This record gives sequence, structure tokens and C-alpha cells, in this order.
Amino acid sequence: MTSPRRGAVAFEHVRKDFGGFTAIPDLTLRIEPGELVTLLGPSGCGKTTTLRMLAGLESPSAGRILIGGEDVTRLPANRRDVSMVFQSYALFPHMTIAQNVAYGLESGGMKAGPARDAADRGLGLVGLDGMGERLPSELSGGQQQRVAVARALVLEPQVLLLDEPLSNLDARLRRRVRTEIRDLQQRLGFTAVYVTHDQEEALAVSDRIVVMQDGRIAQEGTPRALYEQPASDFIADFIGEANVVPCEVDRVADGMATVRVGGLTQTVPARDAAPGPAQLSVRANAITLQEGNGPFGGKIVSSAYLGDHLEYEIETDVGLLFAIDAEGHAPLRPGTPVSLGFRPRGLALIA
Amino acid sequence: MIRDNRRLDLLLLAALISFVILPWYRLRSGFFGLGWVGDYLTDARVWPGVAQLGQWWLWPVPVMLLAAALLRLTLPPARRGGWLAILGAAGIAWMMTQGLSVGLRGWNWAALKALGDVGGQQAFGAGAIGILLCFAGLIAYGLAERGALKGDAFVLGSITLLIGLVALFVFYPLVSMFTGAFQDFDGSFTSAGVARNIGDPKIWSLRCLFGSGGCGVAWRTFFLALSTATGTTLLGLAFALVATRMRVPFKTGLRLLTVLPIITPPFVIGLALTLMLGRAGFVTQFIEDVTGWELGRWLYGLTGIWIAQMLSFTPISFLVLIGVVEGVSPSMEEASQTMRASRWRTFRRVSLPLMAPGIANAFLISFIESMADFGNPLVLGGNGGVLSTEIFFAVVGAQHDPARAAVLATVLLGFTLSAFLAQRLWLGRRNFATVSGKGDGGRHAALPRRVAWPVTVVVFLWAAFTVFVYGLILFGGFVKIWGLDHTLTLEHYTRAFSVGWQGGFVWTGVAWNSFWTTMKIALIAAPLTAAVGLLTAWLIVRQRFPGRGIFEFALMMSFAIPGTVIGISYIMAFNLPPVQMTGTAMILIFCFVFRNMPVGVRGGVAAMAQLDASLDEASLTLGASSPRTLRRVILPLLRPAILAALVYSFVRAITSISAVIFLVSAKYNMATAYIVGLVENGEYGIAIAYSSVLIVVMIAVIGTFQLLVGERRLRRQIEPAVQKRPKEVQA
Repeated sequence: MTSPRRGAVAFEHVRKDFGGFTAIPDLTLRIEPGELVTLLGPSGCGKTTTLRMLAGLESPSAGRILIGGEDVTRLPANRRDVSMVFQSYALFPHMTIAQNVAYGLESGGMKAGPARDAADRGLGLVGLDGMGERLPSELSGGQQQRVAVARALVLEPQVLLLDEPLSNLDARLRRRVRTEIRDLQQRLGFTAVYVTHDQEEALAVSDRIVVMQDGRIAQEGTPRALYEQPASDFIADFIGEANVVPCEVDRVADGMATVRVGGLTQTVPARDAAPGPAQLSVRANAITLQEGNGPFGGKIVSSAYLGDHLEYEIETDVGLLFAIDAEGHAPLRPGTPVSLGFRPRGLALIA
Repeated sequence: MIRDNRRLDLLLLAALISFVILPWYRLRSGFFGLGWVGDYLTDARVWPGVAQLGQWWLWPVPVMLLAAALLRLTLPPARRGGWLAILGAAGIAWMMTQGLSVGLRGWNWAALKALGDVGGQQAFGAGAIGILLCFAGLIAYGLAERGALKGDAFVLGSITLLIGLVALFVFYPLVSMFTGAFQDFDGSFTSAGVARNIGDPKIWSLRCLFGSGGCGVAWRTFFLALSTATGTTLLGLAFALVATRMRVPFKTGLRLLTVLPIITPPFVIGLALTLMLGRAGFVTQFIEDVTGWELGRWLYGLTGIWIAQMLSFTPISFLVLIGVVEGVSPSMEEASQTMRASRWRTFRRVSLPLMAPGIANAFLISFIESMADFGNPLVLGGNGGVLSTEIFFAVVGAQHDPARAAVLATVLLGFTLSAFLAQRLWLGRRNFATVSGKGDGGRHAALPRRVAWPVTVVVFLWAAFTVFVYGLILFGGFVKIWGLDHTLTLEHYTRAFSVGWQGGFVWTGVAWNSFWTTMKIALIAAPLTAAVGLLTAWLIVRQRFPGRGIFEFALMMSFAIPGTVIGISYIMAFNLPPVQMTGTAMILIFCFVFRNMPVGVRGGVAAMAQLDASLDEASLTLGASSPRTLRRVILPLLRPAILAALVYSFVRAITSISAVIFLVSAKYNMATAYIVGLVENGEYGIAIAYSSVLIVVMIAVIGTFQLLVGERRLRRQIEPAVQKRPKEVQA
């Protein structure tokens, strides 16, 4: 089965209708072998449908899907060389952990003995040695999650699919497990397609992020490219909760643009911008504020104290801004007038 | 892609065997018999399809099979799929057309005589049925190769097969019944029989309401069903309230009552009532002795049927209403109480309205049950029967008027289907009983005193009456002649169930023959019913195929077809070619499977809805095929539903009478039909002894099934911490 394209995935003009509703109008996407690609977007954007079509759990209404260079569009799920980690883990509750992990191997025709050995190795891979005899209900959420990963990995699929694998874990565990998944993927070098609606998770684990909106690809690129060079106000808002404010580009020189926003003038990377009205993405933590009046002023609407930082909503001439203040100690009261400034690193023109 | 070809090759090979080796036509020796092998060279009747090609209407069959083989050789899977499916569909269509057109003695339809003279043909045999299955297989594989339903041939095959079976065993009989009503003996069209019956005042007269005289049988049945439904719903609600909302002793005992109607053969209650209140009943005699009144035959007729149905169906309505009463969220009632409503106001303004759709549902179920009831009216009907018994007498009685039976059956079907449609379409969207996945804390409000007291009194009186009636049944088997000679005796049991030694072990009792037939047929039918029902449930819940909604609706609707209607439609459909099987065990088995399947489907759907769909999907993405997924993942998790389906179908196969009484034969007589015969001869002692044995056997078998299927093991039993055991060894 080893082909030079092993692990490569391609969607070619794939469409998916559900009854009269078109979930995905026309999707073309390539994934390179060994890459971890995240499909990111709000619920209903088509990211899970895309993943399920790759798994063979939905069939596309039109177009082709290729895995490892082979057309699998009409191949049922059990004959595709992929495996999937489900949001709910989908561990079989009536089987032990070891039986769960060995299940796929035995389905593929492996004898019970070798399958059991391979299952034990798989459990070792995710740090669950010796847990094989337990039932899923006897494990914690994090352990169940790792069993689900082991169960998918022992099949050594060309592509591992992960459907919101962390959404049932608490915040602290989430950070640890996502690191583990990324480590495993780097160590074993398999291709992975990862679906999530959490931008932080996407930024942390991905080689490449594909942001989807209404069944279309809104933007794709490395985490940094997406964060620093959003292609639309949707991306800017979705990745890192940026404020999108109207601005005026005065002039462009040497790849840098001089921009007027509120009462301030800033220099930011030009990104093909031409002089004239434009939109600027302003990260919440790129807004500085001081009590008092200034060239760019505003008034606190609401404030919240969150321990290591403060969150504000501020009314300004350019609209309501959401700001994060990591330095302040006591929250300012609503109604307080403030003078605002920008940190250049958190600003980006929207192309 | 080699795998695809292998499957198709097997299919074509099976078609070849069916056409070239197996006997094409039905043999008298039975479907599974191998007696034909010996006569193969001499007897043309056992020859396969290839030898029957003298009949030109069989020519398209080999042509289509050859076309399929040609496609297999020339085209790749993706391109030939559509053609294979079309060939399969055309094959089935042709087989049906020729089978229905050419009967035993030539053309079935006078209009076809223009096509020239044909000889007759027998019903389909192993070969023809094999070919039909292969055509169905072609449809499934063809569609799978086109990528329909994610290319899953197993799923497509199951759907094709199920649709075919439902069409054959549910719709074809009904259609045959309607056409039968319009056919003369020689097969030509006539509307005389229908015209004679459709306006018959004996069916439709309303003179009991306006003027004098009796009402027609349709209205009497309708009024009876209304009274029974009202009575059982009220009583059932009282039982449900007492069982769930009050602290009373014997609660478990109350719940056990719900099992009774399932294990009681339907005419047994009527029998017990006869013993108590009939002409020679002890209560009747006591009253006559004391007062000197002449009570006579007051029990026979609608009054008696009503009492028997109240006893029979109250537990069913109780069962439905327990769910309804428990389903009302306690937080609603608690909310009402915190808003300063009294218990009475909470009950009247919050609890009752929330239960209303459920109560209406119980009403409609009782209505359908009462309409379809055959056993009680048969025993207690006297001169004035109801629709179900009238249908029976129209067929078996001296009148032998199939057109009348068909008209009556249509009327009965009209009533029950209206009730069913009302239940599905009107009530379907009005269900407030909420069982959410989240733990809904809180306690149900206690009943207001002015409800609690009367309800408790009624419930305990009725429960006592029920227990008394059942006690009577057991007791009745042990007395010599009921009403005349109450000496205790085992005579009835020995006559029915004696065994002897006459140069070998022999079953000498009169009941053994029908008893073993019943057991055999019930034991074959039960696993089949459960399998078909759960497979259907799985397809309905997990697969999205076009027409799924209609398919489910039609299945559920078949539940509202009264047994009498099924019985008569089966006789009309399966007495003549193309599908002939009256007088066999097979017709009884199919009847049970398709009559009881909807319950299995409903149970399966409910159970499957609780299983996360990602479990199936996980199994598929782990490389398991869908049959393997069913076997390894779904079935083990559905054990409770499997048990319920097995028990229900087994027990129903033993206790049912309405459809069975049309389908039994001398060779395959069922226990219930035999007992009804005993009752008609006035041999109450044996009838009751036999019924008691049936009830005991059913309880025993239910227990055995429970052990066999076992518990579903999802978490370990919580063990006391002190007692540390070594880990269990995995099976």
C-alpha cells in the first residue's frame, strides 16, 4: 500500500446537499502527507460534514475525494484507510479498553492474539499501560479520550481524523491533551485532519488552518499568517476576537501603510492596500487605555475583573471596542472617560 | 475492486442454480423437502426453470440474467451499477406480472385471453423464489456500486428484502382481499357481492338510537369500542396514579398486573366470566336462588364482552399511562406549588393537562384493541356478535360469503386505521411528557385528597376482581363439571396432558398435538420476528434512504390491522398461485412475524435512539463492515430490546387467536384454535386446564429467555470495598 502519495488527501470540487439545503457548494482542498490541518469555523460552517465525507460517513453529492492518490468517493467507510476520533469518543461501552483498541485490528482480519499485543502497544503509546481490562465507564474523561486516540492509531491509517476531540474535557486537561496529540503526530508522522471551533486550539496544534464559513473556505494558511494577516473581518473576528474598525489609508511606502484611525495615526504592513478607506483589525490586547482624555478618547461601558486581566467594553467614535488590559489592577467604573492607544503588533489591515 | 466482482459472481451463480437445478414450481412435499431429487428424471413437475421454457412467459427471465452476466464481463463497477439495478427491478416486475397473470388453469384475468391460449402453471417453488431473491440482490448490489447509501451493499440488500417482504405479507394480502370481493368464482369481475353487503342494514342500522330494534354490527362494534376505551382509560389512569403517586402497599403486585394481558390467551377472561356470571355461573345461580329472579343469558352480548374487555385491556392502558404519569416533569408541579397553587389546583391545571395527550393515546390504543378483539366476543357474543366475529362467520359459517367478509373487514379496517391515523397525526405533535437526558430532580406532587381516595378504592376493588377472575381460571381446571359438580379432580389435566407407554413412549393426551405445534411455531417465529424487527429498527434509525418515513409509517400502520382482517386476507392471498401456502406451518410463521414485528420495531427504535450514532460510525471507520457492526456493537448493546422482542413475539404467537383461527389446518393446529373448539363443544374443564398450562409455560419460557439473553454489562457491579476479588476473566 506504500505509495509516494501515502497520506495525501484531496477534495476536488466536492458538493454536499442535504435535501434542499446545500451544506458545501464547491470545496477544493489539498492536504500534504504528514501535515496536521485544522478545519476551523463556527457551528454549521460545514467543517464536520467535510470530515465525515473524508471518513466515508457521508457521501458527497458531486465531486471526488482522494486519499493517498486513490479515488475513494464511492468506497464505504470501512474500506477507507482512515480512522477517526469522535467528539463523544464512541468507545464501545460493553467492551474492555483492550477489546476496544483491538476491535479495528480484528475487523481487518488480524488474529485475536497479535491484535491484543498491538492493542497493548497502542495503549502504551498513549500512556495507559495496564488499563486494558477496565471498562470505558471506569476511566476518567481524559483517559477515555486517549483510548479513543489509541484505538484509531493502532490501525496505522494514512489519515487520522479528529472531530472536536477535546470539547468534552475541562480547560486544564484540554491544554495537556492537545499537546500530547501534537507530539504523537510529530513523532509518528501521520497526516491528521482536525476539526474544532476553538481558535486557540487550532492555533496551538496546526501546521495549517482552514477557516470555513457557510461551506466555503474563508481563508487558509499557517496559524501565524491567519492571525497576523486576516483576509476578512470574519477571520479577524473569529481568530483572536479582534475589533474591526474603519480607517483611512493615507499613503503606502516600502510595504508599510500609514493609517488614520480614531484620532491616531499608525504605521502597519501594507498588504496590497491602496490609499483610501479600509478596515483595520485591532486585537483586544493591543488597545492601551488610561483614565483621562486624549486624542482618541472613549468611555467605559462595562468592565469585568478576571484575575490576571481586566476586560472592558469602551464606547468610541469608531464603535464599541472590546479591550483586554493585562496591567491594570482595579477595574475602572462604567462611565469613566479614557484615553486610548494602540500597540502596533496587534494591528493588521484587512486585505 | 476484485471484491465487488466476487460478490456479483456469487449472486449470478445463485441465480444459475435457481434456474437450472432447483424445481421451478411449488411441490406438494413442501418447500424444504428433498423428495424431488428422486423424481428428478421422470417427473416434469419438479423440473427447474430451464426445462419449463416451453412456456413463453418465462423467456424474459434467462434473458435478463444473461444481460446481467454480460454487464459483469464488460463494464467496470461504477458504470454498470445503474444497469444492474434496473435489470433487477425489471426482473422482479416481470416475475410478479407473469405470476399474477397465469394461474392454475390459464389466464387469471378475462381481459388477457386476447393474447392467446396458455396452459396453467403452479405456484412459485424454490427455483422461482431463488430467482426473485437474486433479482432483489441485483438491485441492492447495483445501487451499492453506484454509491447509494455510502455504497453499503448489506444495508441496501436488507432494505430491498424488507420492502419486498412487507409488500408481500402486509399489502399484497390486503389488496387480494379487496379484489377478491369484486371477483366471481370464475375470476370475472362482479360487484354484486359488494353491492349486496355494502348497504346492508344489518351492518349500518342505527335503530337502537332512533326508533326501536337493534343497531347494525358496525355501530355496535363502534359503541362497544368507545365504552371499552373510556372505561379502560379511566381505570388505567387510576391504576397509574396509585402506582406512581401514592404510598400504598402491594405496589409491585400492581405492576405485575400489567403482565397479565400479555400472557393470557384472549378468550380466557370470557371463559372465566362464563363460569361466574353465565347461565350456570355460581354468582348467577346464587342470585337466582336468593331472589327467585330469572337472570338467564344476560351476560351474552355486548355487556359481557364489555366486562371481559375491561378486564383484558385495563392493564394495557395502565402500562401506557404509567409512562405518561411518570413522564410529567416534577419541576412543573413544583413550580406550580411554589406559585401558591393547592394540590388540587396543581393536579387540575398542570398535571392533568400535561397528561392529556398521553391519556388520549391510551384511549385510542384501547379503542383499537377492543375493535380487533376476537376471543372475548367469540365466547361471549351470543347471538349479537361484533365485526371481528361476523367476519369469521361470513367465511367459515354456512353462509360462506367472501364478499361480505371483505366488506366487513374493510369497515373494521376503516375504524382502526382512523384511530391509528388520529393517534399518529393528531397526537404525534402534542406530547408534553418530557424525559430529558438531564437528571430532572424533584419529586412528583402528592395527589389531592379528593382524587386520592376514590382512586384508591376503585383500584383495589378492580385489582381484587381481576385476581379473583384469574384465581377462578386456575380453580376451574380442577373441578369436575362447573356449576353442577364441584368435586376436585385432575381428570381434565390427565385427559389433556397424559403420557403413556405403549411399546414406547407416547403422548396420549388430547392436547399434546396442538401444544407441540404451537411451541414449535412460536419458537421459530420468535427469533425471526425479533431479527426482522430489530433490523428494521436499525435501518429506520440509522440509515437515511428515500421513502424511509413512508416505510416506517406503513410498518406501524400494519399494527392497526385487526387480526381477523389479516387472517382473512392471508387466506385470500395465499390460497392460489403465485404464492401458495395455506395449510402449511410457513403461513402461520409468516403471519406471526409480520403481525408482531411492529412491536419489535418500536422497541428497537426506542432502544436505538439511546445509542449514540457515533458508536456505529466508530465501528465503520475502524474497518468493520455493517454486518459486523450490527453483531459486535449494536446487538450486545440492545440486549434488553432483543429480550423484549423475543418474549413478546413468542408469547403473542402462543396466545393469539384472531388471525390464527383462519390459518390453522388439521396438520398444523394451534393451541388457541384447539381450545376455542373445546369451548364451542362446551368442554370448559379441559379448555381451562389447557389455558392454565399455557399461562404457566409462558411464564417459564419468559424466565428462560431472560437467562439466555442475559444482562448487558456496561459497568461493574459496585462491590463492597472490603471484599476485593481478582478481576474477572474476559470471555
